[in-house]
Order: sequence, then C-alpha cells, then structure tokens
Amino acid sequence: MSTLTDPPKESFRLSMLIYDTRYRSLTFQVIAALVLALSFWFLGNNLIQNLRAAGLNISYSFLGDTSGYDINQVLIDYDSQSTHLRAAIVGVLNTLLVAFFACLTATVFGVIAGVLRLSNNWLVAKVMSVYVEIFRNIPVLIWIIIIFTIMTAVLPGPRAFRGDNATSSMVLDLFAFTNRGIYIPSPQFESGLFASAGLNWLLVIAFLIGSWFATRRVAAWATAKQEKTGERPSTLFINLAIWFVPFVLLMLIMGLTWDVPALKGFNFQGGIKVGGPLIALWFALSIYTGAFIAENVRAGIQAISKGQTEAASALGLRQSRVMNLVVLPQALRVIIPPLISQYLNITKNSSLAIAVGYADITATLGGITLNQTGRAIECVLLLMLFYLTISLLISVVMNFYNNAVKLRER
Amino acid sequence: MNTDIAFVQTETIPPSPPPSSAIGPSKWIKDNLFSSIPNTILTIVTIWLIYTVLMQVVPWVANGVWTTSSLTECREVLQGKTGACFSVLSERWNQILYGFKYPVDSYWRPNLALVLLAFAAAPVMFFDLPRKMLIFTALYPFIAFWLIWGGTILGPLVALLGFVAGGYTFKTLSMKSFAAGFFGAIAAAFAIWIIGGALIPETASENAWLSPVPSRDLGGFMLNLMLGVTCVSLSLPLGVALALGRQSNMPLIKGISVVFIEFVRGVPLITLLFVASVMLAYFFPPDSTVDLFLRVVIMITMFSAAYIAEVIRGGLAALPKGQYEAADSLGLDYPQAMRLIILPQALKISIPGIVNVAVGLFKDTTLVSVISMFDLVGMIRGPILASTEWNGVYWELLGFAALLFFIVCYGISQYSQWLERRLATDHR
Repeated sequence: MSTLTDPPKESFRLSMLIYDTRYRSLTFQVIAALVLALSFWFLGNNLIQNLRAAGLNISYSFLGDTSGYDINQVLIDYDSQSTHLRAAIVGVLNTLLVAFFACLTATVFGVIAGVLRLSNNWLVAKVMSVYVEIFRNIPVLIWIIIIFTIMTAVLPGPRAFRGDNATSSMVLDLFAFTNRGIYIPSPQFESGLFASAGLNWLLVIAFLIGSWFATRRVAAWATAKQEKTGERPSTLFINLAIWFVPFVLLMLIMGLTWDVPALKGFNFQGGIKVGGPLIALWFALSIYTGAFIAENVRAGIQAISKGQTEAASALGLRQSRVMNLVVLPQALRVIIPPLISQYLNITKNSSLAIAVGYADITATLGGITLNQTGRAIECVLLLMLFYLTISLLISVVMNFYNNAVKLRER
Repeated sequence: MNTDIAFVQTETIPPSPPPSSAIGPSKWIKDNLFSSIPNTILTIVTIWLIYTVLMQVVPWVANGVWTTSSLTECREVLQGKTGACFSVLSERWNQILYGFKYPVDSYWRPNLALVLLAFAAAPVMFFDLPRKMLIFTALYPFIAFWLIWGGTILGPLVALLGFVAGGYTFKTLSMKSFAAGFFGAIAAAFAIWIIGGALIPETASENAWLSPVPSRDLGGFMLNLMLGVTCVSLSLPLGVALALGRQSNMPLIKGISVVFIEFVRGVPLITLLFVASVMLAYFFPPDSTVDLFLRVVIMITMFSAAYIAEVIRGGLAALPKGQYEAADSLGLDYPQAMRLIILPQALKISIPGIVNVAVGLFKDTTLVSVISMFDLVGMIRGPILASTEWNGVYWELLGFAALLFFIVCYGISQYSQWLERRLATDHR
C-alpha cells in the first residue's frame, strides 16, 4: 500500500543562487553589475581626485579659442587665427580625403594583384605573391616612413628645376615632383555659371550623376529589348555619348582652363600642391592594404567552385562572359565584406599621419591642440568619438549590403 | 596466303620520344611563361622589372661598407660608387636591438630571456614535446620579468607564490563548490600578494644580484618583442572570456562584452596609445605611479583582446549546434562543456585568425614610437638618424627594420599554416 504525498515544499536555500539554473544567471549578473559599478566608481573617483589635484575640469570651451598654429594642407579656409574647432574640422576633412583616395587605389592594387596571383603565368603569379608577402609582413608605419623618405630625401628641391643647366625638369611640363610635394595642374572655370568655384564643381558632379542614371536607363532598355527580341542592341556608343557630350559641352560653356604650376622665385606657384606627407600616407596605405585586399580577392575567386565555371562553359558562354556573368557576381559576395573591413582599417590606419606630419584629425586635435591646451581627456574622447562614428557608419552600410546580396535559398 | 610480302614487322615499334617542345623545361616555359601573346608581354615586362630592381639593389648591397664610424667616412670609402653604408648597423647594433639606455653589461639578460622564451614557447607550439615542459612555460613570465627588469627576486617570487596559492586553493575547494574555489583562489592570491608585498624590504632592490632597470630604459627591437609577446599572451584568455561573454544569454554580460569589443574595434590603436600616454594616469589612484610600459601593455592588450574575441566568436559560431547539445546531454555543466568540448574545437578553427591578429599586433607595436617610446622605429627615427654621424642613412636602417619584422612575421605565418595542416583531423 502506498500513499501519494505532495513533494516536499521547496524552501529557498542560499546555495540555490549558485546551483539552481533558475537563479544562477541572475546571481552572476548581479555580481557583474556590482563589479562594473564598483570599478566605474573607483575610476571616476580617481579621475575626480586627480583632476582636482591638478586644478583641471572637464570643459569643451577650448574648442572656441584661437588655435594659433598653421596647417600646411587644408581643404577649407583656415589660418592660425581660426579656432581649435575649425582646426579639428580641417583634420576631419583631411582624414576623409586620404582615406577615400587610399581606399580607391588600394582596391585597384588589390584587385590587380589578386587576379594576377591566380594567373597561369608562373613568373607573374610568383612576383605577385612576393608583393603580397612582403607588404603584409612589414608594419605599415615603416612603409609610411620609407615612402615619406623617398618623397623628402630623394626627390629634388625646387632649386634643381631652375636655371639653364637645371638637373630636374617637369614631367610633360605639367607635373613637378619636388621634395616639398607634387605640383599638378588645377582646372579653373573662366566663365562659371555660379560665382563660387564650389557651386560650379557641384554642377559638374550633378551632370556626372545624371549621366550615370541615363546609362542605367539605357541598360534597362537594352535588357528589355533583349528579352523581347533575343537581340541585345549595342549600347557602347550611346553610353559614350551620354557620358561625354554633356560633359564636354558644360566644360566649353564654363570655359575650362588649366592652371599649370610654374617655378617662381624659390618655389612653384599655381596648380594644386599635393604635400609629401599626404602622398606618403596615401601611397603607403594603398600598397599595404592592397596586399591584404589581394588576398581577399584571391580567396573570393577561389571560393567559387570549379563546377560553376564548368557549368558556364557547358552552356556555351565565352571565357570573358564566364568571368563576368558567373564567377565575379558570386565572388563579389565573398569579397565585399572583408573588403569593407579593409576600408575601415585604412580609415583607422590613416591616423598614422601623425608620424609624417600630415594634418589629419589625430595630428590636429590629438596632437597640436592637445599639447597646446593640455585638454587631454577632452581631445582623446572627441578623437575616439569621431573614429567610432565612422566605424559604426561603415558597419551599418556593410550590414545593409550583406542583407542585400545574401544568398536566398529556397 | 600471300607470300610475296618481303618484310613483316613482327614486334611493335618502340614509342619514339615526344618532340622536345612537348616535354621538359621547354614545354614548361612555353606553358607557363609564353602561352599567349598577353602572357608573353607580361613575362617580358616582369623580367625587365626584376632586372631593373636587381641592378639597383645588388651593387648597393655588394659594395656595402661595414666598418666605418660615420656616413662621411662611408662616402670616402665608396668614392662615388653606389653602395650601402651598413656601418650604421654594426656601429649602432646594440642601440637598434636594446635601445640606448639599457645597461651594456646587462645585455646578456634579455638575450637569455629570449633563449628561454624559445624553450617556454616550444611545448605550446609543438604538441609532440613532453607535457612536463609546460611547467617551465608557467614559470617563464616570472623568470623573464626578473631577468629583464632585474631588482630583487622576491617580487616575482611573491607574485608566483600568489598564483600557486590561488591554484592550490581552487583545486581543493572546487571539489565541493566551484564558486567557493573561484573566490577562495582570488582571496588567497591577493592575501599572499599583499602580505608578501609588505614583507619585501624597501631596500631589497638596491643590492640585488641583478641591477634593477627601469621600464623607460627599455628600447629597440627588444621592446617590440616584449610588447608583442606580453600582449598576445595576456589577450588570449581575455579574448576567450569576451567571446564567451558575447555568446552568453545573460543580457548584462553580453552587453558589457559587445560594448567593449565594438568600442575597441572602432577606434585606431593610436588613440588607445594616446589614452595610455596622456589620459590613463588620471584613472589610477592619485599617489600611485604606473609606468608608461605597463599602461601601454594594458591598452594594447585590450585592443588585441577585442580582435581575438571576434575571431574566437567566429570559431564558436562555426561549430554545429549538435556539439552544444551533445555536451548538455552528457550532463556536463557549462565550464566542463566549454573546456572539454566547445573550446578545443572552436579554438582549432580560429587558429589562423588568432595568428593573423598576433602578427598584426606585433606589427602594430611600432606605433608606440608615436608616443615617444624608443622601440625599433623610435630608435631609428630618433637618436640614430638625428645623430651627426648617421644623418641621412635612411635605406640601410629602414631596410634592416623591415627585414627584422619580415622575418618574424613571415615565420609566424608559416608556423600557422603548418599548424593548420597538422590540426586538420577531419576527413576530407
């Protein structure tokens, strides 16, 4: 005979906080929160005491003060009477400038090297793997310094271009490679439609964007016609006309002339001066990151199984079409995410500008402004905030892209 | 039968050798270098490029001067020929490797530490070696610290004792309860450190057997190696913890890990080094002085831990869910499941990524030259190139620095490829 009794009423014991899975995660989180709060309190308390001892406070009003230093490479109007805030903005623009161009050229280098590394030409493939291994295994800082040294110590000074027995001459009479920077001709509008040069350039960009949309329309029209009739009309000349005719007309109306740099006195005048530090940073970041991108490109192409290529050949596609229509679209899905994280790396590595004196945000806000005002905490925090914003923006874009190209399976 | 045939071949004709264009080197050259017109052009251009580079570099290296004491003397010896002035390497050898302040009569100490590092790293890198050698690996940090910084041996000894006491407490108490063991171990270690630290006499360092060397006297390539080794080894456990934290289903733990990882990965290392050099001091207790080396180690460790955490997270995500479920169904608790089932597999998958991070980190140690620490790059750009004798010897110095980094980084990446092949236990 047996009687059913209620299971013994569970009473709460202290050890259940650890051994009962219902409470354990709660316990751990409470402990973590306590530790976190304690360490924040400890750090914050230290900070307050240290600041009081040093007679400092946290204030961002220094951003409105006169900066008092000059910057050699600026995109917007700036002089030593401008504020620290404006110096920081100059730095932000310079960072974005070098990062943008380095991303472009690194992609070009990387794609060329990555594709050539898979070439069936043994010598070329070997040379490309040597390039990749050498550049990946040597710190980017050393590359920046090496190229900066080429820029400053190997290129001739402006003096060498002077006189009848000049030892150096301008390339094509248009470009001057000097140890103070590279001088290139700058385009000018004589009869611009707007008073300010910036607005004229915006107009040019607007035209180019318009042309791009027009070519998209043409491609859509060609595809529609191909699906209806089976014949794809040739769009090459139409596209060329769309790109060039409005552009050339605009240039003629606005009176495009080139301001060619010329030696006047001790230095070159006119044209655009691209400073040595900018070139060094730009080129070093490009070839260094290019080596990494080359590996991504190679991995991406190799990730596409051979069956895809064979299937495309079996369908009767030409070699170039196999690449364009079958391999590359699939390879891009593999290549793009690491490519974007390489772009992020370029942006972050551009902070090495401080080593060669290029006035990016790290050099202006984190360098001279910090040293002049002594506002270490504020400057470093602003600096981090800037880079964090850029990183998060790029991550958001990347996630959108990833979702857009994600393989949609049945 | 037809009998007027004069000759009947009764045996088969031996196969004639293939034409010379279809075998051997000539076929290889034709297939691999001159298979088509674009390929031929590429080959010729590449050969020309290699030739140009070699014509520049070979005479420069071959004519190199090794024994002069300044650049002007080099130029006198060379008499206008192209040639390198490698004398800067031989004359400044010690500065390049050890920095300019490390006491000369103590150079054997970092050298010995480097040799011992090979023994300490060997059992970690090669699994066939006897496991007993791991004991030396565990002792190595204390020995290396004592060798490089010198001073009294009591300091590292007390630190070691703290760890031993902690480990012993954990081993005995965790039989009964994991939590008791865990917190007991921490308490025991801190008790030993505090008591031991108080017991060490203030003057112990002054007449120690190894003369004490302050951190700011460290420099040269030694500093790069030290930062690289220390930060990578410290950031591995931290990275594993962060990766597990990010996978955790406790919202607070997960939140802390995510914020930390994303924050650190979103900013460049330079800003973190700025934090170390100008900002971190504000966060320590007012009357404490934490030297720059330690502050830099803290920041670089945080930096690489975030990256390693992401790599390990990739490894954890790559494991099939069945592995987690199998561990649960065997009745393993969380630490056991992680230690015995999940982490060994996840870490194996993440090895190439971890090595990539380690190589990247080692290269990034050159960045400390920006916050005026005299590592290899800092030495070259600072004291050596600024001196009157060697002002202008760029290529030899920068080339040597590049060579040193290339050897180490390329070596590590080759090791990682070997390890990957070695660990490939799945059947393909």
